[in-house]
Amino acid sequence: MISKVRTHPSQNEALLFERSSPGKKAYQLPDLDVPPVDPSDALGAGNVRAEIPDFPEVSEVEAIRHFTRLSTWNYAIDHGMYPLGSCTMKYNPRVNELVARTEGLAWAHPYQPQALAQGCMEIMARLERTLAEISGMDAVTLQPAAGAHGELTGILLIRALLEKRGDPRKKILVPDSAHGTNPATAAIAGYAVENIRSNGAGLLDVGALERSVTADVAALMVTNPNTLGVFEENIARAAEILHAKGALLYMDGANMNALVGIARPGDFGVDALHLNLHKTFSTPHGGGGPGAGPVAVKKALEPFLPVPRLKRSGKQWAWDYKRKRSIGRVRAFYGSFGVLVRALAYILAHGGPGLRNATVDAVLNANYIRKRLEPYYDLPYPSPSMHEVVFSDARQEPNGVRTGDIAKRLIDYGFHPYTVSFPMIVHGALMIEPTETEGTAELDAFIDAMISIAKEVETDPHFVKGAPYTTRTSRVDEVAAARKPVLRWKPR
Amino acid sequence: MMDVCGVDSAEGLFAHLPEAARLRRPLDLPVGISEYEIVDYFRRRAAENANGYASFLGAGAYNHFRPVLVDAVASRGEFLTSYTPYQAEISQGTLTAIFEFQTMICQLTGMDVANASMYDGSTAVPEAVMMAARLTGKGRALIAKSVHPEYRETLRTYAKNQGMLVEEFGYAPEAGTIDLDDLDRRMDGATAAVVVQSPNFFGIVDQVKAAGEIAHRRGALLILIFTEAVSLGILDPPAEPDIVAGELQSFAISPSYGGPFAGIIATREKYMRQMPGRLVGQTTDSRGNRAFCLTLSTREQHIRRERATSNICTNQALIALMATVFMTVYGKQGLRELAVQNLAKAHYLAARLKPRFSAHFFNEFVVRLEGRSPEQANKLLLKKKIIGGLPLAGFYPELSDCMLLCATEMSRCADMDALSEVLS
Amino acid sequence: MYPENFRYTKEHEWVLVEGDTGTIGITDHAQEELGDIVYVDLPKLGARVERGKSLGSVESVKAVSDIYSPAGGEVVAVNETLADAPEALNRDPHGAGWLVKLRLSAPAEILDLLTAAEYQAYVEAEK
Repeated sequence: MISKVRTHPSQNEALLFERSSPGKKAYQLPDLDVPPVDPSDALGAGNVRAEIPDFPEVSEVEAIRHFTRLSTWNYAIDHGMYPLGSCTMKYNPRVNELVARTEGLAWAHPYQPQALAQGCMEIMARLERTLAEISGMDAVTLQPAAGAHGELTGILLIRALLEKRGDPRKKILVPDSAHGTNPATAAIAGYAVENIRSNGAGLLDVGALERSVTADVAALMVTNPNTLGVFEENIARAAEILHAKGALLYMDGANMNALVGIARPGDFGVDALHLNLHKTFSTPHGGGGPGAGPVAVKKALEPFLPVPRLKRSGKQWAWDYKRKRSIGRVRAFYGSFGVLVRALAYILAHGGPGLRNATVDAVLNANYIRKRLEPYYDLPYPSPSMHEVVFSDARQEPNGVRTGDIAKRLIDYGFHPYTVSFPMIVHGALMIEPTETEGTAELDAFIDAMISIAKEVETDPHFVKGAPYTTRTSRVDEVAAARKPVLRWKPR
Repeated sequence: MMDVCGVDSAEGLFAHLPEAARLRRPLDLPVGISEYEIVDYFRRRAAENANGYASFLGAGAYNHFRPVLVDAVASRGEFLTSYTPYQAEISQGTLTAIFEFQTMICQLTGMDVANASMYDGSTAVPEAVMMAARLTGKGRALIAKSVHPEYRETLRTYAKNQGMLVEEFGYAPEAGTIDLDDLDRRMDGATAAVVVQSPNFFGIVDQVKAAGEIAHRRGALLILIFTEAVSLGILDPPAEPDIVAGELQSFAISPSYGGPFAGIIATREKYMRQMPGRLVGQTTDSRGNRAFCLTLSTREQHIRRERATSNICTNQALIALMATVFMTVYGKQGLRELAVQNLAKAHYLAARLKPRFSAHFFNEFVVRLEGRSPEQANKLLLKKKIIGGLPLAGFYPELSDCMLLCATEMSRCADMDALSEVLS
Repeated sequence: MYPENFRYTKEHEWVLVEGDTGTIGITDHAQEELGDIVYVDLPKLGARVERGKSLGSVESVKAVSDIYSPAGGEVVAVNETLADAPEALNRDPHGAGWLVKLRLSAPAEILDLLTAAEYQAYVEAEK
């Protein structure tokens, strides 16, 4: 029945510290071409450390085997589909990796003379222009290191504009379907958070918004399409309501994979948004980062953008530090340049028409999954799905099986789970986003797996609840990990 | 597939969108290009940068050898293209590597717990300060002027919106270490944290112990920053800090025009629950095997939302993995030998020049120039294909006749001789 | 199921009044909803607590819940055993899993809270 995977021995591997043995080494430094110095003389005797306690010593072969063995315990996009909602787990093109390692780019020092950094600056300028065109906005900053960092930057920009107008205001409105970074960001930016309930269709409740936008409200943070994968049909109206009261509209661009080439946030009233290069623009997740979260803004917010900004100086690019209204820096240097290179490579490869095609394929794939799984899983909201679809476990719950159990059983079928229990407005959510990367073979294998599990829930729910069965580790004890945290190895 | 979806064409998938929101023209972008053209585009951009220059720049981004094993490991698709390890059963590779990373950072810094990394050293500073504010319930931070200027700027951007007061204290003009009297005068009972960097921006090994005593006496926490991770191989980790935050770029992360890098926060066990960022913990599975998982997640944004310790939703996992491989390749002896080589190179260079400050330094030092400005000296050096040190006028007007030089294991004797000829 | 001599809130806390001391905890229903408790965040001795305001929180692996105080007063005892064994709160939420003891500022105010029977009915209706 399960056709996508078969078990196979995977190597065991101890921790580095358990493999370690004094005197083993994997490094070789060139001989010094200058006289040696005594660390005690150079640093002061009290400043020189004894050896690093219990730090590992292994050989090169042990090192490569260690990490190779570890790597075989992971699931990755290179293995197969990741249906995680709002994560946009698309293929990470290998040409991106190659170009990011081009010597003149990889070894560029952020403080090298600007005349000798023109290549880096041209790359950044081109990416800024391109992202502005894609998002329909006027200016872009590439400084933020991640989506949440971009969100913070965006909200700080809004605060700065409102301050200049005389009143930064006190509150930010966040839909109850929002990702957790949104309220966390608002709090760090010094705003109180007020939740807005979604309406019966899981969308922004315009009436509730109208009632909630007071002179105290700085902005609404919205994700579009929302975390149900549905386009906020009233977003332009929401922008009007906010603007009429002097508030602004911030968009979390996590779901841009549904919009590129089809609709532009700048055209439907958004004042500022962040983009996730590690989602929409294919830069690799790498097990949890790095990402990059550029922020695109309308003209009114441009003076406040983080410093420095790229400007044209004759025939060259230069860094402009003279920006009186800037909110300041949100990090050292200019941005996660290596990630920016990868994103630009992706954009160059696709070009305008290619980017639009990717969006079409992403939405088609999600709707295909929706149609084929609708007979088996409850669809809480009938609104049209864009690049992702959200089911609930309502049909499986009477058998005692919840979304988390189904997700674990999906692992036995050879897939990474979808997003479990989010958004919270759906009880027992299954959030599925295939991306444009997947062809029918992989999609059908996923659909078949989900249908098979739905049947297993009917005939043998207890079995489903015990999954996964074929992984190296069975379900890990997260309770013990939280009760008695052990966050490092220690010698006996 | 379109049949299954019940649409005639792609347009059918978007028919429900409000017309006013639709982009009805193609994106104003060129068409896609081939792989060869993409490689060529970036090669041409790279050629417009410095190529084949010897560089003596440090100041928060350092030139160090990158062991070949680093990219061999980090390029594996299982690490490169995997997601955050929320599903522990199929992410034990990533989780195990992070657990090892956390351990090695503790061993290097002498702290009890370390997180799975922050965006970079500069953003780790405000995160550490906010952590100290939560722990002490106080709203003021004192930061040394000898902390990296861009790190201080980043702190100010965050602090402004948290209602956090940030004040700076100076450095001793001859020694280059922190001005302890200035710190003592500015210290008060409302201060949450004292922030110092060592080696500081000038490369100097600073007076961390003394700073700690002043901080603790008045109920503040001591935060120690580092930008040059290689220094951890030889410098004794002080016992005084409550939080250590820093930058790991030196550990096999390409300078890459300033990012992506990886920062860390490490602290004492009692402060663990107030740490931002991801944490990996050890546990068992139902068969009793050792296993790892993300833990203490209730600190984080996806659960605690507006009351989270931070909004951070990333750990620079791939970058931290590179650092982990680096630390593995060098190991206990190698990190020490590497640090000692850095010491030797920088002190060889310094002996030929006149360091501006008298205190001990690691692999960076400040030089005062006479007869010509640092900018003029650098112009001459460029003709010899040498990128000189960072002129300090922009960051420290009182040091506008000075530049900050860095020499590492990659610096060659001949280049250092050529540099010192021009500068002296 | 629910001790007769306790009073209950709609947020699933209980309080036992003995003279001017009130012992506070969360109910069996609450611990069941939360699942395995991993950590309990309690106030310090001497802290002043206001009725209806949060006095701390209870954490499971995937959720945090505030504990709203059913009464106002000063914290005179804190259940230290929960630091090492938060599971006591799951096992015996009405006994060994107590959270704090307060010197009540207004012992009579708890009389408008739910009785055991009222709370039982409330929980049943919620289901």
